[in-house]
Amino acid sequence: MRIGVVRFPGSCDEVDALDACAMVADSELLWHGRTDLDGVDAVVVPGGFSYGDYLRPGAIARFSPVMKAVADFAAEGGPVLGICNGFQVLCEAGLLPGALLTNSGLRFLCKQVDIVVERPGTPWTADCEAGERLSIPVKHMSGRWHADEATVAELEAEGRIVFRYAPGDNPNGSTADVAGVCSAGGNVVGLMPHPEHAVDALTGSADGLKLFASILNGGDRVGAAG
Amino acid sequence: MSAQQAESLPGVDRAVELGLTKPEYARIVELIGREPNEVELAMFSLLWSEHCAYKHSKKVLRRLPTEGDRLLMGVGENAGAVEVAGLAVAFKVESHNHPSAVEPFQGAATGVGGILRDVIALGARPIAMLNSLRFGHPSSPRSRWLLDRAVAGIGHYGNSIGVATVGGEIHFDPSYESNCLINAMCVGIADPNRLMRCAATGVGNRVILFGALTGRDGIGGASVLASAELGDDDADKRPTVQIGDPFAEKKVLEASLELIDADLLVALQDLGAAGLTSSASEMAAQGGVGLDIDVARVPLREQGMEPFEIMVSESQERMLAIVEPSKVAAVLEVCERWELLASDIGEVTEGDRMRILVGDDVVGDIPVTTLVDDCPLYDLAPAPPEQGLYPAPPADLPDEADHRDTLVALLGGANIASRRPVFQQYDQIVQARTVRRPDEADAAVLALPVGEDGIRPAIAVSIDGNARRVAANPEGGALEAVLECAANLACVGAEPLGLTNCLNFGNPEKPHVAWQLINSVEGIAVGCEALGIPVVGGNVSLYNEGPDGPILPTPVIGMVGEMPDATKSSSSGFTTDGQAVALVGPFVPNLVSSELAARRGHAPQGELPSLDIGAVIAAHHAVRDGVRSGAIQTAHDISEGGLGVALAECTAVAGVGCEVTLPEFSDAALFGESPGQGFVIAGDPAAIASIPGARVVGTTGGGDLVVSAEDGASFSVPVAEVQAARDGGLTAYLP
Repeated sequence: MRIGVVRFPGSCDEVDALDACAMVADSELLWHGRTDLDGVDAVVVPGGFSYGDYLRPGAIARFSPVMKAVADFAAEGGPVLGICNGFQVLCEAGLLPGALLTNSGLRFLCKQVDIVVERPGTPWTADCEAGERLSIPVKHMSGRWHADEATVAELEAEGRIVFRYAPGDNPNGSTADVAGVCSAGGNVVGLMPHPEHAVDALTGSADGLKLFASILNGGDRVGAAG
Repeated sequence: MSAQQAESLPGVDRAVELGLTKPEYARIVELIGREPNEVELAMFSLLWSEHCAYKHSKKVLRRLPTEGDRLLMGVGENAGAVEVAGLAVAFKVESHNHPSAVEPFQGAATGVGGILRDVIALGARPIAMLNSLRFGHPSSPRSRWLLDRAVAGIGHYGNSIGVATVGGEIHFDPSYESNCLINAMCVGIADPNRLMRCAATGVGNRVILFGALTGRDGIGGASVLASAELGDDDADKRPTVQIGDPFAEKKVLEASLELIDADLLVALQDLGAAGLTSSASEMAAQGGVGLDIDVARVPLREQGMEPFEIMVSESQERMLAIVEPSKVAAVLEVCERWELLASDIGEVTEGDRMRILVGDDVVGDIPVTTLVDDCPLYDLAPAPPEQGLYPAPPADLPDEADHRDTLVALLGGANIASRRPVFQQYDQIVQARTVRRPDEADAAVLALPVGEDGIRPAIAVSIDGNARRVAANPEGGALEAVLECAANLACVGAEPLGLTNCLNFGNPEKPHVAWQLINSVEGIAVGCEALGIPVVGGNVSLYNEGPDGPILPTPVIGMVGEMPDATKSSSSGFTTDGQAVALVGPFVPNLVSSELAARRGHAPQGELPSLDIGAVIAAHHAVRDGVRSGAIQTAHDISEGGLGVALAECTAVAGVGCEVTLPEFSDAALFGESPGQGFVIAGDPAAIASIPGARVVGTTGGGDLVVSAEDGASFSVPVAEVQAARDGGLTAYLP
């Protein structure tokens, strides 16, 4: 298993994601200018401020050459995880539903939150139980996931809401407390909290490691899930 | 030439307009044998400004110790560095006060950007930011605006560039009403064998400018803004504030480190105050060479810029590198990959001339040493003030309030309340090193890579200042600030290795400000000697005065310490029931210049008690060793608000109460201050009994803070009330 972590100009959490991946598998950085994925088995689109978040978070990065390759990979069922800015990029690229708006508090917010796993069985949640609580930090300015009512209902019905903030722990005012969603096939998952910053109890929590470890068990279950 | 003779020179008025004095202008004319032209005058006006030349502080700063066993790089480089676990830990604190007073968001943001570049220039990867902020009382709408926007600016820059902001302090006092202080500290790590120096060497080597475009922003920032008092027409100075672009800086950071890793650079320097003028002259002076700079080759943001504008522009996110001719192509390639502009703008020359060219035309030609070293250094004329310099603040806490109500009021005051509403706006965890976040311990703890022995070492970092105590006694107060910073490190089990300082004072030409400055430096020096650590670098910010007078004398101390094992740290709060609570240290609390005195409307003046440095350092050792051995689980230094507030803070962190009995119940015993000299600790009773000098006063547990006196008096506060008071204090001003 080899996991590729995309690096855009302005990515900040790509090395942390790379290190988290390296705890469970081989891992490498994928430069934004490349047009292929070097044959990796899974892709992480990491956090940060790609292209300075100019225009809108993720709005410029989605046009990077590497994102075309990521879209093709996702269409073939390849597992893709978007974290924070990566989630924003995947939404901008149309690979995930909804949009990320400015936090309801109108400020950047960094804090540890509890999230609840709503959808185990994606390649990134294969090791989780339904209803399991994970302590994972958020840090973002534009993390308020939003979609219209019909879309939310559809996602609920299809089991595509992967994570919710625990009751009372919604840090940004997201619709229906959504913290993360997945694609129709379940192989593309995006979330605002940072699992790569929860892989070692020394720095706060190791709960996020489950997402990366899942890829070893769940990589083959794409399509079967859901 | 006398100043009178200079009076008759045609250029003298322009020189005065740019901030030089008439005698200084006369000296320039004498040194170069003619009147400087426009380009040269612009360069002199900046390099001979207070901000660049330290002309009122350089002689005073010679008192500070600058040598140490673990020192890798000291004063004179872009930042200092000490050795920890085989790594170079680079750090420095710098001010961006005046720009922030004019435009707080960009002023604070570019303050962060500037100190980041200082650390990057050493070839170090920035791993942490801290900051020290001062504002007028938050009941003033202007202060709330400054606080809100400065915090947003700090977050904007640090968050976007991927460097964790892990610590800091904020203090409110009316003296900062029109002159806020924004001090930012950056910490970075590097391979000690790859530390970059800033000296330009190698005649024939090329001068490469890379990063952002050069525009008209920030022209005259160092001379106009940073070296004069603020006044009523500050809005007019807004165009001299620089605009930050953290995305550009992120690319500059990654490209710089890649260039150094690939061994492509001879020297590297950031462009900060005074732009190209300062960077180029510093590099030439350090290397003992001359430089030719062709301003026609500098990529510009706007058309029609004059040569002098290009030389003094303070456009952000730019670096200057010295590169061997054979490596220029490789350097340009790395920059292109990071989508950065890079231009070959000049050459290292023999001799000591700084020549400014436009193509083949020479538009400026001055000896480097004249620019950098020949600025007159002034002696200060210190005199203690005859009466208190600072007015009494308005009282908002009645003398007759009982101990319980006084404690709750102190906890909810803006100077003591939880900083959570502020630090939540900062990314505290990026780069995955943060073992202790703000509010979890007295110092931030950052893990380093695992060593050969399988153990993960760490550094602890802290920043502190206590200007009200410095106002009462500059030497004693500054010494306390050093000790308090060291005490913060001791609380997490760290040993101090070096110190950086930012000296924020008023106009040094005024005798009482000179007196504050000289004595504060003495106090810092005494503290360094006691701790056995050097000052590795820092910054001086003078002329911090508004229409109502000078700011409180505000030396800010940043310190880095070493921890052999990142897993052996403490919490600043009680963690579990049934532990022994003890006090450590020769703590002599008094109310002079304390937070309680301020709340009761007393001016910051009076006698500070003398302190026994040897006993203080012994207490620091006892706490540090106890934390490292695991005997101490909770360690918190007793600072603003005294013992009462320290105990309350210990209960608030994890919601674990305590019952303690104190010898007496006076205001001084409960709320008197004695910074850096006393600790509250907790741990297993048997383990605590083994800590040298520990005096057990009670036990953890329960849902209340219960404080009793030996004469039977007692009060208690539910921990939930403590937490609510702490949480509400700043939130009220930062909704």
